[in-house]
Amino acid sequence: MTARIGVVTFPGSLDDRDSRRAIRLAGAEPVALWHKDKDLKQVDAVVLCGGFSYGDYLRVGAIARFSPVMDTIIDQAKAGLPVLGICNGFQILTEAHLLPGAMLGNDHLHFICRDQKLRVENADTAWTTDYTAGQEIHIPLKNMDGRYVADDYTLDELEAEGRVAFRYVDFNPNGSLRDIAGITNEAGNVVGLMPHPEHAVEPLIGTGRTDGLPFFTSILKKLVNA
Amino acid sequence: MSRTPLDTVEHAAATPDVELPWAELGLKKDEYERVVEILGRRPTGAELAMYSVMWSEHCSYKSSKVHLRQFGEKAPENDALLVGIGENAGVVDVGQGYAVTFKVESHNHPSYVEPYQGAATGVGGIVRDIIAMGARPVAVVDPLRFGAADHPDTKRVLPGVVAGIGGYGNCLGLPNIGGEVVFDAVYQGNPLVNAGCIGVMRHEDIHLAKASGAGNKVILYGARTGGDGIGGASILASETFDDAKPSKRPAVQVGDPFQEKLLIECTLEAFQEKLVVGIQDLGAAGLSCATSELASNGSGGMRVTLDDVPLRDSTLSPEEILMSESQERMCAVVEPEKVDRFLEICEKWDVIATVIGEVTDGDRLEIFWHGEKIVDVDPRTVAHEGPTYERPYARPAWQDELQADDANKLPRPRTADELKDQVLQLVASPNQASKKWITSQYDHFVQGNTVLAQPEDSGMIRIDEETGLGVAIATDGNGRYAKLDPYTGAQLALAEAYRNVATTGAKPLAVSDCLNFGSPEDPAVMWQFAEAVRGLADACQQLGTPVTGGNVSLYNQTGEAAIHPTPVVAVLGVIDDVARRTPVAFREEGQLIYLLGDTREEFGGSAWSQVVHDHLGGLPPQVDLERERLLAEILISASRDGMIDSAHDLSDGGLIQAVVESALLGGKGARLVVPDGLDAFTLLFSESAGRAIVAVPRSEELRFTDMCGARGLPATRIGVVDGDTVEIQGEFSLSLEELRTAHESTIPALLA
Repeated sequence: MTARIGVVTFPGSLDDRDSRRAIRLAGAEPVALWHKDKDLKQVDAVVLCGGFSYGDYLRVGAIARFSPVMDTIIDQAKAGLPVLGICNGFQILTEAHLLPGAMLGNDHLHFICRDQKLRVENADTAWTTDYTAGQEIHIPLKNMDGRYVADDYTLDELEAEGRVAFRYVDFNPNGSLRDIAGITNEAGNVVGLMPHPEHAVEPLIGTGRTDGLPFFTSILKKLVNA
Repeated sequence: MSRTPLDTVEHAAATPDVELPWAELGLKKDEYERVVEILGRRPTGAELAMYSVMWSEHCSYKSSKVHLRQFGEKAPENDALLVGIGENAGVVDVGQGYAVTFKVESHNHPSYVEPYQGAATGVGGIVRDIIAMGARPVAVVDPLRFGAADHPDTKRVLPGVVAGIGGYGNCLGLPNIGGEVVFDAVYQGNPLVNAGCIGVMRHEDIHLAKASGAGNKVILYGARTGGDGIGGASILASETFDDAKPSKRPAVQVGDPFQEKLLIECTLEAFQEKLVVGIQDLGAAGLSCATSELASNGSGGMRVTLDDVPLRDSTLSPEEILMSESQERMCAVVEPEKVDRFLEICEKWDVIATVIGEVTDGDRLEIFWHGEKIVDVDPRTVAHEGPTYERPYARPAWQDELQADDANKLPRPRTADELKDQVLQLVASPNQASKKWITSQYDHFVQGNTVLAQPEDSGMIRIDEETGLGVAIATDGNGRYAKLDPYTGAQLALAEAYRNVATTGAKPLAVSDCLNFGSPEDPAVMWQFAEAVRGLADACQQLGTPVTGGNVSLYNQTGEAAIHPTPVVAVLGVIDDVARRTPVAFREEGQLIYLLGDTREEFGGSAWSQVVHDHLGGLPPQVDLERERLLAEILISASRDGMIDSAHDLSDGGLIQAVVESALLGGKGARLVVPDGLDAFTLLFSESAGRAIVAVPRSEELRFTDMCGARGLPATRIGVVDGDTVEIQGEFSLSLEELRTAHESTIPALLA
């Protein structure tokens, strides 16, 4: 018994293959989803991967949010479908109002690619149960528009409700408010973050760490035990 | 080029006396006369446009061809070579049914005029060359050279180039895994922006640029054709910059990486369904190049209706459409019954695709506009039978004087404190300093197969998840060495790239090159070029690594001042299992540091002579290719059999540079002892070739030294990985903190 986890390919998606590989390495079955297709092929969860969907023209994630596949994802996420947005996926989730806040250009105005230290702040979401709260992990980060912003009221609410899922440690790579690297919705089924857990799943590749694998094992356990 | 009346073939034949602006289009008088002779009449405006771009230096290699032949004539026997020079890129067999294609190209002049777009479209162009071979691009590398690090214009050019490479490559989803960044005042008005790409395919998927089969359709797909880059190939690449001329900005193309990403996916899907007979990307010389090369490499005949080309600007003339270098376009030849499916795939990816012509059973390339014939040529005369020049060349008079100005006689540090100061000065100098500020703007991780990336000696990509098969690539060049002796300098570039591939544990297989020189009309420059090509061809023959393709960039000079002759060499290697790769970083305390190879007093062209004395003179280090081969074999065996835990090539900056890098990357110090027969200064700063340092676990020491002894490679134990300082016993000690600050703060201070 395993779970089917969909990965959406938008025009300009870059990490779709990588995300499918991470899902496979965790033991789940990856399913390719297409942006023009409203059908989610009965997947149990969805990953919106990194990249530059629709060239990131207009505003990052702004066009992807209106694609046919997102209509279905938005409806089902509201009904509890687990969704993980990584980087561009996180940007799309904020554009779709599944998560609050928005992403601006990095404060230093450069693309940045680095091995980033994070603290897991919430280990109770659908995607983080294989971590422990307070655990420090290293996950590759690579983006141009990664500065998380929201109004103070929203930020206070996120903090109060434990919805800041990940925070940057030692170094804030993009000027994100309150060092926020990732957040979750109230129900804990929708999680978005800027760093790329799918790039940290094999000991030889990338930074050589596997700190990202628990994202995918967490969701698998949740789905299989459900 | 008058548009009223339309300059048709018929009109041209009837009006032999019409003067055409051949000189403005970059043709010489005798070249124009040759065109008239070939056609038996004056060319039409459209024909002239085609000949002028295709016969430009950039497209025709007219000055370099006679020398480049040596790469073929001296090519070593190599079973791995599947496709050699002449196609969009060479293809090498790497085993397990995989083939790898790779190539390095220049985009120098456009990057000076418009750094961001120049560099971005350089990446775009080389990536399309790789797709056109049938391969999925898997990584890019960028060897870059700029003017003095503290020159104000460098602050304009470098950040733009880096942002352009990042902006384009990152958006395509290609990891950037290697390259170089070099500063030297000689590149002030002529930065060198070279871009390399590697692609992977199965043997059976190799595609070639040829149009055969009468009735097959010619499909143009990708971006619409606009007015950007018109004449870019002939004007930008073939003339020297001259302050008196008007701005050339409009001639630089503008890139759209999103469109290119769609082009990659849609092309690969069409390949997968075996829909493509022949394919060519549209780069320099745009449609002129693609149609004439496809036709010329096939049976020869093609008919094209130019009205069907989708335009971004409806006012473009047919000549401009033929010359436009609008980016992100490709041309495919498809059998009629597969056209619908091909167009469907393009539609799936929202890529515009249009049938613009068909292959004919004749041998003429005919192009129509508003129903009238405006081009009627033998495509071979456009694509392959351009002029060839035997440019005069002569060893410059100043060469002897330069070589006599011996760097070995420069004052050396007299005390341990001076030695220590010079070490700090060296590792903090712009050329030797950490380039992290630059490389962190490139995505290294995308595609999830990056095993090694800069600042490792070579970039390494896994190509098979099951078996661990991987490829490595390193690019190197040293213009200072080549200036002192172009023959040896070119060989040193090859030797270094070859060594860099081997230090990571991969076996060097094949070579691509990007030859950056000044004006071929200067006999001294032509001599440098001839010597460099001869040196590289000889060395490739001896090392058994064939040149599979590459690029020549001439006219890199401002006024009379040419750049240093700068042959940049890329070596591709293969590794059976990437788990066996060897990184640069020291990994475990207590491991023994061995110096492999011989260290001589060789300071000509060295980083030390530049940093401490601002000096360039004498002779570059000697080259011993048999030693390079032996060193590589030892490094590969030691990696495979787990005898070494880290390895680093010694090149510019010498041993101390390598030790500091290994120490800083691993966060572990080193204690070194100067071996008998050497002084500390020579040990630290000499740039003798054919050397590497390795860290050997104590348990492997005997096995490792036995192997070196049996094979006759000098291996000298010079120290141990230890502590948090780099210490030269009896001389000085520097903390890793101090070294890190020196090494890592230079570039951000200059550019951030």
